Amino acid sequence: MDEEVKLLGSWLSPMSRRVEVGLKLKGVSFEFSDLDVFFSKPPELLQYNPVHKKIPVLIHHGKPIAESLIILEYIDETWADSGIRLLPKDPYERAMARFWAKFFDDKCSLPLAMSCWTEGDKQQQILADCKLNLTTMEGALKGKKFFGGDEIGIVDIIVFCSVYWTEIAQEVVGVNVINEEKHPILCKWMKETVDSNVLKDYMPPREKLFCHIQTYKDAIAALMAVRFGSN
Amino acid sequence: MAIENEVKLIGIWSSGFVTRVMIALNLKGVEYEFLPEDLSSKSELLLKSNPVYKQVPVLIHGGKSVCESLVIVQYIDQVWASSGPCILPADPYDRASVRFWAAYVHDKLTSQIRVLILKEDEKSKAEAEEQLFTALLLLEEAFVKCSKGKSFFGGDSIDLVDITLGSCINWLKAMEIITGTKFLDKTKTPRLAEWAERFCSAEAAKEVLPEAEKLVEYIKFLRAGNRAAAVSSSK
Repeated sequence: MDEEVKLLGSWLSPMSRRVEVGLKLKGVSFEFSDLDVFFSKPPELLQYNPVHKKIPVLIHHGKPIAESLIILEYIDETWADSGIRLLPKDPYERAMARFWAKFFDDKCSLPLAMSCWTEGDKQQQILADCKLNLTTMEGALKGKKFFGGDEIGIVDIIVFCSVYWTEIAQEVVGVNVINEEKHPILCKWMKETVDSNVLKDYMPPREKLFCHIQTYKDAIAALMAVRFGSN
Repeated sequence: MAIENEVKLIGIWSSGFVTRVMIALNLKGVEYEFLPEDLSSKSELLLKSNPVYKQVPVLIHGGKSVCESLVIVQYIDQVWASSGPCILPADPYDRASVRFWAAYVHDKLTSQIRVLILKEDEKSKAEAEEQLFTALLLLEEAFVKCSKGKSFFGGDSIDLVDITLGSCINWLKAMEIITGTKFLDKTKTPRLAEWAERFCSAEAAKEVLPEAEKLVEYIKFLRAGNRAAAVSSSK
């Protein structure tokens, strides 16, 4: 079952990292293919994800699966008896996990990614969106230790990756996107998750990511503007 | 029905998202109470059960509310797993494939349809049409692969992709009536065009799909409202 698991991704992408984390939490050995997707479209990507041409793509027994949330559900179902449960078993709790995962991806992922790479009025609007939508996410925690309840789950994984990345990027560019004053509940959850030692070892080393973002910040800003619009 | 098993659906007759849920409930033979909503004056129940989006559809089952059409349909498939056909297949890879195409329709098609309905400028409409045709061509290929020569994306029975795309059919027909452009064109996407006819006649769908002619009137009403809002916001 573990044979021939390959992940096409990038160490620089929080979306790709989500899937790495999912595989590692399930104890699945895999081959990681670190692609340069920021300045090119590698041929493997066009072959295995012709519709969206994006990472991450999981290839299992030669068959590709694209879109990070879909991949994470696939991992959870394929290796159902290994490691932690990424989604709850109870239908209602499962629906809640899917709802919040989609909310985060639709309303928080992109604004968080863009928050450090825009300026002026556009940035103010994005920061306002971040504040509003992250506050809504905090509502999903509702007195629980993790989004997944007593254990971390799919929502914890995806939020952790984005917040980890954003905290580093915001330090590089000197913008305040996430802090204790704005998001006390989220910051408390972040601290709990780091302290639980489950996820933090699966993140890229902080210094390495910081250095990379700092070195390439102009190129990243230009790329984000092209990809997601700058007006 | 005991309170803990009561099923209610908050929705509006015209929404494709609501239609998806109704089709899923029909496939599973689930009895439910339909609670029509007035989106211009939202009910306490809607605001309480979908505080995040304040939108329809909302499924209320045993007092708990589930929101977002694709989340709801998967919930229905899991809860009533032993009734009716499977809306998602059993194999994890096939499930991923079904989720992929359902998400594709949800993200790519519905946004373009919305642009066609509401935007007045020719450039936006032309771009939306082009994207819509590209998506439909891709879905034609996907249908051939997924159906394996059978009637639906799900093979012999309707699956999540059929439901998600099927809920768009009469909206596309309504736009065909308004614009004169054929979207589900037998010459461009023959398999999809045939599938659409089959879907519209399917037992679970035929009573709940909003009629294209009624949607035409509804679209005119939406456009008028849009124009009025634009005028009043520019005063």
